[in-house]
Amino acid sequence: MARQATRRSPRRSATRVTSTDAVPKRGTSTVRRPRGKGWLRGYFKGHFQALFLSLGRVSRNPLSSLMTIAVIGIALALPAGLHVVLKNVQGVSAGWEDAVQISLFLNQSIEAAEARRLVEKISAMPSIEEVVHVTPQQALGEFRQYSGFGDALEVLDENPLPNVLLVRPIKEASEPLMVELLLHELRSLPSVEMAQLDMEWLKRLYAIMAIGERGVLVLAVLLALAVLLIVGNTIRLAIQNRRDEIEVQKLIGATDAFIQRPFLYSGLWQGMLGAVMAWLLVTLSLWLLHGPVQQLSLLYNSNFSLGSLEPVGILVVLVAGGLLGLLGAWLAVGRHLRDIEPT
Amino acid sequence: MIHFENVGKRYAEGGEALSGINLQLDAGEMAFLTGHSGAGKSTMLKLIGLIERASYGQVIINGKNFSKLGRRHIPYVRRDIGIIFQNHKLLNDRTVFDNVALPLVIAGQPHRDIQRRVHASLDKVGLLDKERMLPLSLSGGEQQRVGIARAVVNKPPLLVADEPTGNLDPALSAEIMNLFAEFNQVGVTVLIASHDIDLINRMDKRVLVLDKGRLIDGAGEQGEVLQ
Repeated sequence: MARQATRRSPRRSATRVTSTDAVPKRGTSTVRRPRGKGWLRGYFKGHFQALFLSLGRVSRNPLSSLMTIAVIGIALALPAGLHVVLKNVQGVSAGWEDAVQISLFLNQSIEAAEARRLVEKISAMPSIEEVVHVTPQQALGEFRQYSGFGDALEVLDENPLPNVLLVRPIKEASEPLMVELLLHELRSLPSVEMAQLDMEWLKRLYAIMAIGERGVLVLAVLLALAVLLIVGNTIRLAIQNRRDEIEVQKLIGATDAFIQRPFLYSGLWQGMLGAVMAWLLVTLSLWLLHGPVQQLSLLYNSNFSLGSLEPVGILVVLVAGGLLGLLGAWLAVGRHLRDIEPT
Repeated sequence: MIHFENVGKRYAEGGEALSGINLQLDAGEMAFLTGHSGAGKSTMLKLIGLIERASYGQVIINGKNFSKLGRRHIPYVRRDIGIIFQNHKLLNDRTVFDNVALPLVIAGQPHRDIQRRVHASLDKVGLLDKERMLPLSLSGGEQQRVGIARAVVNKPPLLVADEPTGNLDPALSAEIMNLFAEFNQVGVTVLIASHDIDLINRMDKRVLVLDKGRLIDGAGEQGEVLQ
């Protein structure tokens, strides 16, 4: 407090001295380029003024501002929404990793007793959660029950099915790479005729999701470019509308920084409000999808519920919107402001 | 205050608007710039306001050599020159107060000072009661006075006016000219371009006469009056 007061007082007294005369003084100009201690305060003051001036301009033109903001919102909502969908799909499939299962088909010659010994041996391995032994008789029974070829099987003299061990690894060993290693190990056991990973399709799903993720990224980059152009064009039009004003400002000594500040802030506002719009659009869409998704997950006996945009995601959309708006405005300002010179 | 040394201005379209101008206007002087249309009055004022640059020669205003001035420095130099335009160049969507305050806002003056100085400036031109009005609701003479208030609000040492009485009746014109004379009396250097010979003669000040881009009278001695 005290420091502030001492810093301010000389300036106050200085203004009091000059306050009596309203007419210009000979050979002196009181208006100079701001320097020294007051420079930083002046800098922030200028930004503060521009911030509210730009906000005033946005609010004075509600319809056209709203249209721009809506377009930006839709452009940002698309990648954000797809990201949410992808995240949900990943959430669902993550639960399926528990179901990783390796089927070991043993040699025909292996007897039931030997198969049981093998079950014990595999169960003892650290990465194994559970081993289920399906005897040829059980397998035949299941086959008869589900395949509808029951009568045909009567023709066979003996059971053609081998002993089968269903091996389920522990959760920590369920990642694709670990499972691959385990599969290799089991396949090399002498009594194993064939080892089959039942989750090949899961790997394919992951591959498809990787494509999806890349697709969302590409889309996001393209739409970010679109936002840049939208904001750039809006600011370009705004600059053209204020051509006379800019000319007058330049004539009475406004720097480029002073003139461009409100335009940069308009870009920032539009981008950020567009991001808020995007967030609302994503939330609304997810709300509309909520009912049908709930029904579907009920049909699958699942308690899955649609996740929405996480807080970090919201922040990313807001920051991205703001930055894109600012960058778009900056590009437009840099290109068009220099062209306007008083004549 | 204003120093021209063998200054010329050629335009790309051809023709020399100004050629070989030598001129010395001291601080605290008041002078009129006259001549026929196309004689180069506007071009000369544009050189002083840094709106255009000389093709050759030296323009030195307030101790600053314009031919050596970078683009970055132009705004700061313009703040020391109050320019008054024939077509006022006011911002029509802002009030009289905001128009006059603009140079101070641009210079980053404290808010308290802005209000005080705008009021002082408007009081000087007799428009204190119209500060909340928009420029278009004022008469031509009043708009011109708003332009003058804006030009003097940051107390520049030099005032330059381009046909400030161009569209005004004789009584209003005389009023405006007296206003400039008052500023000159407190030490401001004033240069006014005008073709109103009667009015200029009545003011009894130094007169610079331009003809086809050449300064044919008033370049040297002070206090010379057009016959």
